[in-house]
This record gives sequence, C-alpha cells and structure tokens, in this order.
Amino acid sequence: MTSTNNNQHPTLTGAEILWASLAGEGTTTVFGYPGGAILPIYDALRKFPTIHHILVRHEQGASHMADGYARASGKVGVCMATSGPGATNLVTGLATAMLDSIPMVAITGQVSSKVLGSDAFQEVDITGITLPVTKHNFLVTRAEDIAPTIREAFQIARSGRPGPVLVDITKDAQQATAVYDFDAAAPAPARPHPMLKASSQSMREAIELIKQSKKPVILAGHGIVESGAEREVLALAESLQIPIATTLLGLGCIPAAHPLQLGMMGMHGESWVNNAIQEADLLLALGMRFDDRVTGNLASYSPSSKKIHIDIDPSEINKNVRVDVALIGDLKQVLQVLLPQLSPLSYRSAAEGSASSNPRESSWISEINASKGNAAVRDIINLPDNGHLYAAHVIHDIWQEAKAAGRLEQTIIVTDVGQHQMWEAQYFKHESPRSLVTSGGLGTMGFALPAAIGAKFACPEKDVWVVAGDGGFQMTASELSTIQQEGLAINIAVINNGFLGMVRQWQETFYDKNYSASPILSPDFVMLAAAHGMAGSNVSKRTDVIPTVTKARTSGKPHLINFSVEKEDGVYPMIAPGAALHEMVRRPKHDPLLETAEDA
Amino acid sequence: MLHTFVALVQDKPGVLTRVASLFRRLSINIVSLTVGESEQADASRMTIVCEAHENAGHRIKASLYKLETTIHVDDVNRSEAVVRELCLIKVAAGPDSPHGLHSRSQVFELAQVFRARVVDLAPESIMLEMTGSASKIEGLIQVLRESNYHILEVSRTGRMAMRRGHHTNRVLKALGTTPGGLHPAHFPTLDPDALDPEETLPNEFDD
Repeated sequence: MTSTNNNQHPTLTGAEILWASLAGEGTTTVFGYPGGAILPIYDALRKFPTIHHILVRHEQGASHMADGYARASGKVGVCMATSGPGATNLVTGLATAMLDSIPMVAITGQVSSKVLGSDAFQEVDITGITLPVTKHNFLVTRAEDIAPTIREAFQIARSGRPGPVLVDITKDAQQATAVYDFDAAAPAPARPHPMLKASSQSMREAIELIKQSKKPVILAGHGIVESGAEREVLALAESLQIPIATTLLGLGCIPAAHPLQLGMMGMHGESWVNNAIQEADLLLALGMRFDDRVTGNLASYSPSSKKIHIDIDPSEINKNVRVDVALIGDLKQVLQVLLPQLSPLSYRSAAEGSASSNPRESSWISEINASKGNAAVRDIINLPDNGHLYAAHVIHDIWQEAKAAGRLEQTIIVTDVGQHQMWEAQYFKHESPRSLVTSGGLGTMGFALPAAIGAKFACPEKDVWVVAGDGGFQMTASELSTIQQEGLAINIAVINNGFLGMVRQWQETFYDKNYSASPILSPDFVMLAAAHGMAGSNVSKRTDVIPTVTKARTSGKPHLINFSVEKEDGVYPMIAPGAALHEMVRRPKHDPLLETAEDA
Repeated sequence: MLHTFVALVQDKPGVLTRVASLFRRLSINIVSLTVGESEQADASRMTIVCEAHENAGHRIKASLYKLETTIHVDDVNRSEAVVRELCLIKVAAGPDSPHGLHSRSQVFELAQVFRARVVDLAPESIMLEMTGSASKIEGLIQVLRESNYHILEVSRTGRMAMRRGHHTNRVLKALGTTPGGLHPAHFPTLDPDALDPEETLPNEFDD
C-alpha cells in the first residue's frame, strides 16, 4: 500500500488489489497453493492480516475446502492456485461445486499476457478448460480490471442459482499498478432474469391444484437451503399437513424429527418415502431438479400426480419431468407470495393446534405412517447386536452420541461418496440445515476430508466429523497434514470394509459378483494418523463405538477412528437403474447379516 | 425442425465459444450462426439456427440465458420475422466451360431473373452476389446446377433474422400469423404458464 492520490484512492499493485477486493467482499479465509505464476499475489499476502491463508497439500483439496466452507457457512468460498497443473487440479472441485450450486470463487495465476497462447512454461487455457464446470469465468490481463472482476465474480457466484466462478489473472496484471477504488468497482446490480415467472395466473393454478389434492407430497431440495426458505416450507407443510420427502442435499432443511418429515427419497430412500411419491396426486417440487437418482425410471415416475415446480433456474423446468405449473423465481419470495393465498385453505389452524378437520388429509398421512411401520422392522438398526460391526451401526451411534451430549445442532457431518454416504443419509437424523456436507450431483470421492477442513474454518465452534470410506479417504488423505499444520480439531471416522463398497454392491447385484478392481488394501489408518502426530483408535466391536466417539469428540484435538466393519454389506432399499421408484429391492427378510453372525 | 434464436450478447472475447459450447453440450447441431455488431456499442447480435426437436425451444432459450454474457434472447420460430441470407457463387464461364462462349450472357440473364448481382468478372469465371431467403438462394444454385453450369465455389453467410414490428391484425392475417404471436415482449413458446405438453423429455434412465 504505497502512494495515494485521487481523493485517498491508493495506487496498488494488481496483487494488492486482489487481496483488498477479496477482503472487501468479506473474505477471511483462502485455501490455496503457491507457484510461479501466482507468486506476486503470495508476496502481497502478508500486507493483509485479516485474511487467513491455508496451505493445502493438493489444489483439489483447496477447491473442496472452499466448497465445504461455502456449504457450512452459506458464504462464498475462495480457493487459489497457480497456473498450469495448479489450475487443472482445481477442475474436480469446480465441477463438484457446479453440480451442487455452491457459491465459490477460484483465483488462478496465469503466465504473462505477452506470452499467452505460446505454450509458455506452466501455461494452460484454464478458462477454456473450466468453461463447462463454472457458472462463469474471467481472464484478467490488466491490473485495473482486477477489482471490478473480483466484485462481479462474487456477485455471480452468490446470485440466482449459485455456482463457482474462476478468475484467471496474468502475472503482469498482478505486478502492474492501478488506482484501487472498491466502491467504484461495484458491478451493476444483477438484472432480474428475463424468464423469472411467478405470475398471478400460474399462482392461481398452483393454488387450485393444491386445493384439489388429497395426497400431496412436498419434494424438498437444496434450493430451500440456498434460498433460506426453511421457515416458509415448514409453514406450507404444517398449515396444509403435507408430508415432506427430501433430496440428499435437502436433508436437514426440515428437522428429521418433524412429524411431517418422511426422509430421503430416491435410489436409497426408504420405501414409505418413495411409495408416497408414487401414490401422490400432487408433487410440490421446491428447489430440486428431479435428478435421475431421485426419480428412477421417468416413464413410471409418480404417474397420477399433478406437479408444481418452484425453482430459480428456468432451464430446470420440464428438463426431466414434465410439470403442470412452474413458478420460476427465488423460492423464499415465491412462497411468501403463495402462503397468504393458501392460508384460508388450512386444514389445521396453527393457533388452535387441533387435529386435522379434513378426513382425507389425515388418512393420507396415516396411510404413509402405516407403511412406515412395516418397513422399519427390517431396519438393521432394530436388529439385535450380534457381535458384528455394521457401518449403519457406526453412523447410528455417532448420531446417538451427539444427541445424548446435546451437540446435535452443533455437529456437521462431512461425508465422502459411496455406501457410507447413503448410510449416513439414512441413519444420521439431521435436525438443522447445513449440518450435512456431501457431494451429491458429481459424487466426488475424496471430497470429505478437505471439505471438512473448509467446514471447520466456517464453523470453528462446531464438532466436525469426516465420515469416509477406506477408498475415498485415501484419495485425499494427504490433507491430514493440513489439519495438523492448522491445529484443527476434526474427527475422522473411516468406515473400513476393505472394498470400494458401492462398486462392490453394484458388482454383486448387476455383474454376477465379479468383484473386478473393487477389493482395496489400505494402510494402517491409525498409524497413518500417528505419522501425522494425530491420535487414533481401532474399533471393531459395537460396544466400543460410543465410548471411542465420545473420547474423540471431547479430546479437543483431531482423532481418527478406523471402524472395521462387515465386508460385504449392502445399502437397502435400492432401486436398480431403470426401475420405477416403487420397484425397490427391500432389505432382505432373512437378513444375511444375521446368518453371517450365526456362522461365526 | 429448424429453430431460430436471435440473441443479443456482450461483445467480448470468448462469447462465441460460450454460445457454441452450449449447443455442443446439448448435442445439437448448429445449422448456421451469424454474428456482428448491433445497435448497441458493447453488444453483438447473433442469429443461431439449429436443428432440434420441435419443442426444444424453451430449454435452449433458458440455457442461453444461463450464460452471463447473454443480454437478451428471442426465439423467433413461431412468429413472423424477416430472415435473410447473403450468398456468393462463383460459376465457371470461360471458353472451356460447359456452355462455352455463351455462358456469360446466360449467367447474366439468370442473375437478372433471380435479382443477383455480378460482382466479379474474370476470364474463366463470374461471381454472383445474392441476398434473400434461403429458399431463393437454393433456387438459384439448383437452376445453375440443372442447367449444367459448373459451380466453382459457394459461400453463404447463414441466416440473419429480425422480428417484424407491430402490425394490424389484417396484416398479420395476410402474413399467416395469429395476432398474439407478434408482440415483441411476448414469448409465446416460452411462457412457463403455457408449458408445451409435447415438450421433448428423455424417457430412459441412463446408467
């Protein structure tokens, strides 16, 4: 920060302008890795003490950390990498954030503008490469363009349907100087999307459909959390007594303990949830996009229901499932207009708290509840402890332990991708939004450990758990060292079954048990933790789960628990690809897990 | 069927790539794409013609709007617009060409009938310039071929489209359009309130 002119607007280097703009946008935490083409930016970092930079071990880790930070906090996550390989290592993390609509800004260094396009050392066309996996990206070649571009990048990342934005800055732009004026660099206010549409006519149609319905179901998606519409959705559900099915990324937006919350829908959703969707006469899709993992076979998806779709992205309308009424706009705003018009319909007055006066309405809820009871008896959680450790038990007990300690609202679970992720979704009952951080759309293995680091920086006061399989954990295990360098108290549960579990389950079901390349040898994870100066425990008995979890949680230090679980366990219910939502494979009646126990 | 979109986009490097990449990702073939300056200093106007399912318009338009560089999109398919194309045709017309020494005068006559202009005259060839609807251009090329002229080179700009202004109902009827379809602020095929029941949807669950 050197000379000053123009009414106290300082002249700064491009590198300084970058940090000042980031700080101006409220950034306090940046995950990154230095390198040649971004050295001027790293050189200027020490002048900005309000920003904490976390040195990662691989740039993919930086992108997942920024993502985890954004998911846990709702703020824009920021990551940084050098040109060439540093930049390409961000791609998986950008795609992960893109598929799940996560607000994120990635900064990459680029070779000098004079040699752009010449195959200079560590030059790669990163704006070209990331075009389909970012919401937008920029190439900046002049210092004076840095502040306006950073400000626009933040606006794009968090406005509308959020997403990742990449800003590629050439080395000469970092080194050149320009007058820095944060306020003058403000982008034009975001123009309302020309296709946003929630006209009074479609509102009337929606209300009419809701009025006529006898078996409505709300499909609650990630958009509820992004829009902050949790209260409005709850008000809608409670006033009309509409049961709620949730997508993977919607878990927690409505408390799991709420009587109208059915649970997760889709490929590994419980039978009563999917059956309710199949039998419904009205689906209210709120901030969700009818992903193939939640619809099953589209031709037989909820065949007799009318469908109302409320979403901020017009390109999602009629993309997978044809809907009858579309209300395009911010979910919270649309519901705030819709709710007062629906209140006269209330079957149950919130003030009175009286039981439903509409017999059809209550019979729909009791019909769902009746099928719930039937399915729950096969829930392995209800099975007697037979001496074997199952992944579902581990998840269930981590939840129980947090609940018993009164820490449920203060716990964030960050999962990897695979069987353990689905068990987490089934058996950890999320009571608050942003308490589950998981890669849904892209299904990125290796996500959990770095994303948990981001979540811990976003919410240092919360208990952050990594729940990962032995396969995915090894993809990004190098970030253990980042945890130690930053002194973070993150607890890690490795669900270790010696297989790439979900791959093995598919091979068991669809490929005649040909376990091709799915058995995996792992290092001794407790020794690996010890090599990083981290405490660790091995657990293979059910009775040891809760005491070890308590020990880890209360230690105030990172603790890795290696849970050796049943090797060939499956996630049920399961809908085979191409099958209809109600044609699920249920939990086996003669539970093979019990038979295994008898053999032993 | 052919869809025609007129898009106003920012005049910046890389914008064409973003638009083209969108069609690539949707696996839709671009039939023609023209781009040039518009009435606004910092914006270009594109006319994109593509071959896609009859009801794919909403999805393409919504996807175009997802690009941060897009200012405005108009789907001009089902409403009346003026559509023009420019074409340059080089025809062999020397002494050794199929019609020999008569070629030149015959090409001149043809050009006159089709209102094409002769823009270059060389010992061995004639170049014609023609503006009009695609079918008119196809017509000239077809006549040249069937009359056994040797076409050396054809270069076409692809379609440019512009929505017509306000007209009275009588004019609209004469143009074969329904009155509602011409309102400039109205997107008849894209109104989510009038979702097309025939809109194309994938039916198979992809593994």
